[in-house]
Amino acid sequence: MKVNNINSSVPERGPACEGNFYPETDNGTDPGMNPRIQRLRKQSVNAENTLSIERALHETAFYKENYGKYSIPVLRALNFYDHCQKKTLYIGDDELIVGERGPKPKAVPTFPELTCHSVEDFHVLNTREQQRYTISEADIETYAREVIPYWQGKTIRERIFSHVPDEWRAAYEAGLFTEFMEQRAPGHTALDGKIYQTGMLDFKERITAEIAALDYLNDPEATDKAEELKAMSISCDAVIAFAARHAALAEKMATRESDPQRANELRDIADVCRWVPAHAPRTFREAIQMYWFVHLGTITELNGWDAMNPGHFDQHLAPFYLAEIAAGTLTREQAKELLCCFWIKVNNHPAPPKVGITARESGTYNDFTNINIGGITSDGKDGVSEVSYIMLEVIEELHILQPGNSVHISRKTPDRFLNTACKVIRQGHGYPSIFNPDTYVVELMRQGKSLQDAREGGCSGCIEVGAFGKEAFILTGYLNVPKILEITLNNGIDPVTGKVAGIQTGDPLQFKNYQELYDAFLNQLNFIVDTKIRVSNYIDRMFAKYAPAPFLSVVIDDCISKGRDYYDAGPRYNTNYIQCTGLGTVTDSLATLKKHVFEDQTCNMEQLLTAISKDFVGEEFLRQTILNKTPFFGNDDDYADDIALQVYQDLLAAIDGKPNIKGEAFHLNMLSTTCHIYFGKVMGATPNGRFAGKSISDGTSPSHGADTHGPSAVIRSLTKLDHSMSGGTLLNQRFLPSLLKRDEDIAKLGQLVRSYFTLGGHHIQFNIVDTATLYAAQEKPEDYKDLLVRMAGYSDYFNDMNADLQQEVIERTENEAL
Amino acid sequence: MQQPLIFDIKRYAINDGPGIRIVIFFKGCPLSCLWCHNPESIALQPQKLFTQNKCIGCGECVRVCPQQACQLTAAGIVTDPQRCDFAGRCAEVCPTLATEISGYHKTVPELLKIIETERTLFDQSGGGVTFSGGEPLLHPNYLSEILDQCGRNQIHRTVDTCGFVSQATLLEVSKRTDLFLYDLKLMDSDKHKAYTGVDNTLILSNLKALAKTGVDIQIRIPLIKGVNSDRENLTATAKFIASLAGEKKAISLLPYHATASHKYQKLGQSYLHDNLKEPDSTELETAIDCFLTHNLVATVGG
Repeated sequence: MKVNNINSSVPERGPACEGNFYPETDNGTDPGMNPRIQRLRKQSVNAENTLSIERALHETAFYKENYGKYSIPVLRALNFYDHCQKKTLYIGDDELIVGERGPKPKAVPTFPELTCHSVEDFHVLNTREQQRYTISEADIETYAREVIPYWQGKTIRERIFSHVPDEWRAAYEAGLFTEFMEQRAPGHTALDGKIYQTGMLDFKERITAEIAALDYLNDPEATDKAEELKAMSISCDAVIAFAARHAALAEKMATRESDPQRANELRDIADVCRWVPAHAPRTFREAIQMYWFVHLGTITELNGWDAMNPGHFDQHLAPFYLAEIAAGTLTREQAKELLCCFWIKVNNHPAPPKVGITARESGTYNDFTNINIGGITSDGKDGVSEVSYIMLEVIEELHILQPGNSVHISRKTPDRFLNTACKVIRQGHGYPSIFNPDTYVVELMRQGKSLQDAREGGCSGCIEVGAFGKEAFILTGYLNVPKILEITLNNGIDPVTGKVAGIQTGDPLQFKNYQELYDAFLNQLNFIVDTKIRVSNYIDRMFAKYAPAPFLSVVIDDCISKGRDYYDAGPRYNTNYIQCTGLGTVTDSLATLKKHVFEDQTCNMEQLLTAISKDFVGEEFLRQTILNKTPFFGNDDDYADDIALQVYQDLLAAIDGKPNIKGEAFHLNMLSTTCHIYFGKVMGATPNGRFAGKSISDGTSPSHGADTHGPSAVIRSLTKLDHSMSGGTLLNQRFLPSLLKRDEDIAKLGQLVRSYFTLGGHHIQFNIVDTATLYAAQEKPEDYKDLLVRMAGYSDYFNDMNADLQQEVIERTENEAL
Repeated sequence: MQQPLIFDIKRYAINDGPGIRIVIFFKGCPLSCLWCHNPESIALQPQKLFTQNKCIGCGECVRVCPQQACQLTAAGIVTDPQRCDFAGRCAEVCPTLATEISGYHKTVPELLKIIETERTLFDQSGGGVTFSGGEPLLHPNYLSEILDQCGRNQIHRTVDTCGFVSQATLLEVSKRTDLFLYDLKLMDSDKHKAYTGVDNTLILSNLKALAKTGVDIQIRIPLIKGVNSDRENLTATAKFIASLAGEKKAISLLPYHATASHKYQKLGQSYLHDNLKEPDSTELETAIDCFLTHNLVATVGG
């Protein structure tokens, strides 16, 4: 790899040099291609995560004055417009791409209409060890006086919890599943290419035409549609006004700027903000700023899960890049600098903090914007361009938490791109993750998308896929599959609390054979899934009626032509996902029961259940026998893999195709993010020898330490499942750097990926770390601030993880091949 | 046909021939190199391996052994070699894998099925199967059979050999092998005998004869400081390789590592090789230069 110094502001580079990275040097300079990017990056990385109450104050005042005057969609749009007109603007030194959700970088607003933080919540956020968000005492007082009293009893969260049935509450409290939408709005949204051809004024024209065409004579929904369309139009005005305010501010700053170069830059910013988002972008820079305003609009309007996502950003930007390079109006370095500015912008936006039980599930600042790089185009061609390579350089050089990134490797993707991505992976920052469009296009088509829309799809946050720009694919929560087995082994009782958590499926001591046990597990599974779906459907309707997202609806087909909101079946496709977690743990547990209790009779059911209830204290002989003498998932052993396949198929049978409120269906994916840690905490010991409280397996990865036959056995086990029936699977593989010393080793990593994808794999990601480094990082966290770790579908800083997550990273099987 | 014992099968092997490979390790070797990193590969017979720190002292092996060969002592399980018949009941019941038996049989069809599981990786990487050991050529009938089967299935075949076998066997196997990894340790015959237990005359003459067949050969040299890393040996090695018939041979230098000491412990053998040292980077560069002066390209690693 060629290495350049970073002393000059315009670094040297060869014309077609790959991996032209500018690494961190030991002369005290921060990473970044030039001093501007170095300063911006440093500011972003060092900025404190704070809470801003500005949005809540504007909203509360607006609601107090206006609630009841307008239809709900129009109220929401006017509320959004009001905030865009009033909010504090920020244009920082050195910035080329502008706009912040809060008043400054990493200042996060609250969304009291969804869930209103209490004074106690703020104190916790102010002082907790990890993922701290600071807020001043004065702001807490203001919040307690102005915001909290108004929203009491009115938040979506409170309205949900006042409705839920007892059996849902019991299962939820036992940790059998989570519910995403009790804290944040349904999200997981990614865009297609329409905003690069269509300005907000163009959208408004379409909206006006739709309103004019409403048929009040024959269409009973005409009035509702008119209100929704009016709201969309107001939302367009809101973001145009927001941009215009930035233009005016930049112009004003330019007149006061003493540095003539910066004054020119500020005037350029003003020009760009006057043009986009009102009009479709004309240049590479306008295209990036266009997306950024749309991004800010959606994450300000509401607080959707997984921020917002540009989708195939390299494909969207490539036409602008190529045209400007040909015209000589842009250089490669300038394009890269603008992308660096954009990357840092995303990093300035940590996830809004949650409250209560969900806060334990996903402890991260990451808000899961995932830039899809490479892949295929909507007409089926290879999507890799020079912009894709520039993005890999940006990722490599900046190594910051956000945005997440992934490379998409189809049959048509050149090895050059795959190998370049693998070189970035080798650096050990934990990214990019790797996706297989050839599989996910089939997944999306099976769910009913057209070929073109499926090809334009991809991964929105972690591993879940959707048709970008045309779909609401709502993640409704994680399902704790091993816990379902746990309560089955206790006839519906949660052994951790002693409370009823499910239905009675029979005394486990009376099961005569494995099939009887398995059938009981299936009964329990179906009950739990149905319990969850009932409430998810209720919540979905709550958002459709009380928290519509008219701005988001503008940019998602076919909300305008249907005159319906994003949350109310406006999109062309409407999917609900349940994320099933712990396939490895449940498979290994069932394999243990089948082999040792029902076949070999190493022990009987009572002995095994007693050992589990004692957390294997005094039962080391049995536990070791289980750990070492049971076929576990991930070793290409049909005994275990057949069980995994059976569970997977039964999860599909329980979930796939269940109707949602939008006339479409639930599907499953096999995502865990960090929820496998939380799920592990609420569980006792499991039959596979796992101790109580330890995390369960993530995604579709084997249980920790269960895979002992190397990565090729793992991919064989994984691809016995038909990934195309899912909405995404997840495979973490940890590699020691020693496996990737030479360029040919890198190529072989790429060939391993190709092999997995040839067999139908959906996603794979690699952690390239050595254990010594991780232990050292635990000892001296301050020396390892940059240590990013990839796990369970996202990247995080090792230092920001809690001890459990850190331990998990350390323990993950190391694929040593001497 | 007598079946050889296999002591390991390694998937995702990236240092034993082209592409991603599966490596089959056979037991039995005519050499006993002082630095051997697979000490369990030398004996043809099954061997018992015991890992002290895995033993939880449950005594299950003592209880089940029909020969009463196992004894639980303060130092862990002690096995009486006179009584042990390597039937492996102890390993079957050992809950922690502290006790293992090294060496198991696979029929040719069974082995082929395992090799075939890696088919996709072979296709994607230009990889295949590598037979190693031990010395795979100690089992010519079995080896030829599995090589033929792999050939029929269009799987790339590599044989890793020490060269100390009958020339007729070597040449017969070469007809069904795509690539040889051929070890050259020392050019001085006396030293060779001292360090490996055998004279190198047969090894050198076999290599000459093998080169004449035109089969692809990659020379592997385990480089050990104080044993064979001196210029005299390297020059002699380079001259010999340069004189071989056919295409120029690629050379892999495999720097010695003391990674196998735990394996000796498992076998209950002592590891007496304090005088063996890893070559430093200067020595590696000197070695590469030495081959270069004879127009030979040497690289470090598989």
